[in-house]
Amino acid sequence: MALTSADDIVVATHGRGADQAPRPGGPRRRSNRLHGREPVLAWVFVAPMVAVALLFLIVPILMALWVSVSDWSGRGSPLASSVQFVGFENYAAFFSPGLAQRDLTTSIRNTFYFVLLVVPLQTLLALGLALVLNSRRLKAKSFFRTAYYFPSVTSSVAIAVVFLFMFSASGPVNSILGLVGIEGPNWFADPRGLIHVVAGAFGVEQQPAWASGSIAGISLWQWLAGPSVAMVSIIALVVWVSAGGYMLIFLSSLQGIDEEVNEAAVVDGASTWQRIRHITVPILRPTTTLVVTLGLIGTWQVFDQVYIMSQGNPGKTTLTPAYLSYTTSFGSAQWGQGTAISFMLFALIVVLTIIQRAATRDRENPSGRRRRARKEVAS
Amino acid sequence: MTTSTHRPRILTLGALAALALVLTACGGGQGFSDDGTTSSSSDDSGDGGSGGTEGAELSVLVATGDTESLGAIQDLADTWAEGAGATVDVQPASDMNQQLSQGFAAGNPPDVFWVDASLLPTYAAAGNLWPYGDQMSDVDFYPALVDSFTYDGELYCAPKDFSNLGLVINTDLWDAAGLTDDDIPTTWDELQSVATTLTTDGVTGLVIGDTRDRVGAFMVQAGGWIVNDDQTEMTIDTPEAIAGITEVQELLESGAAAFPKAVDSGWGGEAIGTGKAAMTIEGNWFKSAAGADYPDLNWRVAELPEGPAGKGTLTFTQCWAIADASQNKEAALDFITSLYTPEIQVDLANRFGVMPSIESAREQYVAGVPESEQAWLAGADYAQGPVSAVGMDPVMKELDTLIQQLPGLAPADIASQTQENGQAVLGN
Repeated sequence: MALTSADDIVVATHGRGADQAPRPGGPRRRSNRLHGREPVLAWVFVAPMVAVALLFLIVPILMALWVSVSDWSGRGSPLASSVQFVGFENYAAFFSPGLAQRDLTTSIRNTFYFVLLVVPLQTLLALGLALVLNSRRLKAKSFFRTAYYFPSVTSSVAIAVVFLFMFSASGPVNSILGLVGIEGPNWFADPRGLIHVVAGAFGVEQQPAWASGSIAGISLWQWLAGPSVAMVSIIALVVWVSAGGYMLIFLSSLQGIDEEVNEAAVVDGASTWQRIRHITVPILRPTTTLVVTLGLIGTWQVFDQVYIMSQGNPGKTTLTPAYLSYTTSFGSAQWGQGTAISFMLFALIVVLTIIQRAATRDRENPSGRRRRARKEVAS
Repeated sequence: MTTSTHRPRILTLGALAALALVLTACGGGQGFSDDGTTSSSSDDSGDGGSGGTEGAELSVLVATGDTESLGAIQDLADTWAEGAGATVDVQPASDMNQQLSQGFAAGNPPDVFWVDASLLPTYAAAGNLWPYGDQMSDVDFYPALVDSFTYDGELYCAPKDFSNLGLVINTDLWDAAGLTDDDIPTTWDELQSVATTLTTDGVTGLVIGDTRDRVGAFMVQAGGWIVNDDQTEMTIDTPEAIAGITEVQELLESGAAAFPKAVDSGWGGEAIGTGKAAMTIEGNWFKSAAGADYPDLNWRVAELPEGPAGKGTLTFTQCWAIADASQNKEAALDFITSLYTPEIQVDLANRFGVMPSIESAREQYVAGVPESEQAWLAGADYAQGPVSAVGMDPVMKELDTLIQQLPGLAPADIASQTQENGQAVLGN
């Protein structure tokens, strides 16, 4: 900006044709000389970043896309002439009954429950922490801000190992549960789904007849299993780790809310809860949308916790598409199928994000009246 | 306004051109390096027979994090390198699969590395390994080990060493329960009865790993196995194999046996080391683990009990593989060959706590091993190797998942599901 305005001054002092002088403010005010050079300069400045993005993002993605439709065996470059195009053969394995399809379906089910619990919990926790930190009465704010954010900047490997210890059968979590008379489960060895556990409490131990139908390789009863006990401990970890990061996002928008709005509400006699419910939360809606979108994308790709803590065990109930893609590629050397899984995961995330965005937009603008109104103004 | 509509088109074109350049550069680079390989290897042969090792820079990747073992290999490598006028760089692998995959894809894998028997066909089928076995035909490897590293009729690499499963017993708990050497179980019934005797409050008689690599031993004892001998057909739904799984189910149901996780342990060795188990089924690696983590534990090994079909155990082995993309094949082969003298094999075996892969080293090895550990070697005559057919990895993982559901899941269901999964891979 500084450069542009300085040049503008030069242009103004030198003066150009009479036809340009009476039109200040628009882009045409600039000289043709500058107009020609500016985009070049801009591209020179962003060139390093474009090169990095091209080399480390675009090219690898395109190569992976190629691998997913080729018979590459992992030897030499995937672009070598010996690698053949096989169409959608690698994808087809997941659309016909078999182990590959069952594994993928199981991993999607697991991750579905994971996302279903993690995203709302971490969003609520982040919002709650941000509200507390934003209150004027709290002392030692920067200490708490650092403390809550700390898990997000700590190595996920270190945290995972600590959680493994905490959730071991005779670990601290079970000791604390024991104090209140609850016999804790053997967390990482327990493949029972939570919904199945609850159903078991009501006497439904076996698969009922109505739930025996199979959808994409696994029975409806298996779909309804809920997150396994092992998955619940990973959920606890992820919520605890990521809430701090999203808290910062909430906190920064909270600090942008004009204090007058709240004061006006206080004058009107609104309680603290009413102010949160009717002022803070609506103002924060764009931030919430951002946090939920980022959360959705991040959680569907969960990998490192699974890689370190459970490797998909027990009973494949912590298998996730990202981890399945890894084992299929590096473990079984089925590179085509492994990359195919990652592109299907990509498609799934895109579809779900579009749905989520559509859903939030509709709530903001129920009848689309506002959009139409805006259009009328524009024309 | 006209320029702003032009700009994106020019940029798109530019970006596409750049992309095309990058892609062709990749392809071109690959082509050049391929040419380089051929020309340099023809240079090597031009130098004459000994020129292959002289001045070679050999890279060796081994799957051990233990500095002592690493030092032992480096010492042997240095001795060889001095004589051959070459240099050797021995590196420990942090993630063998991933590091090899990267090397294979980039065309610059380590010259020499360890390959597990269960992965050999996968790597061999992809053309990543140089089959040099025919050049070591004068070495007397155990025939079972040769089978483990033979793919498509060719011996691909030299078996490094091997480990078998045995019944590891905590002798303190054994004596405390009033048991003697005569009580060492030789049949399934005796195993069940001693396990019951040894089970007390806080101690489980027998802890077995919850995978095919432990439960499979019972299938072998019953005369069955997951696949047939040449791994072309699934045989896990035979009555023999099912009988093996059923025996494990009965042991678990009796409460005298448990999987490690049920006693809050990572594996059988930890369970027995921490006193939560009186017996476990583990291989030679238990020795170094016990020495490092549980030095106070008093233990011995017995052969696994016989099933209806006699003795049975499982064997685990790795080999010294040479990369097909290596430019130092001759030197690599020379280095590996230098390791196969009985003295070096016995020395390496003792350091690693495994058993030497050549029969001529057997006597010398046995002489140096305490009697309480010899049962591991006894299994060499009847041990069963792993399932390694290409593409079977997910099927075996699913089998482990099913085994983990014992005793709740019916053995026949485990067998029929695995049979079906495996048939889809093996194609019959």
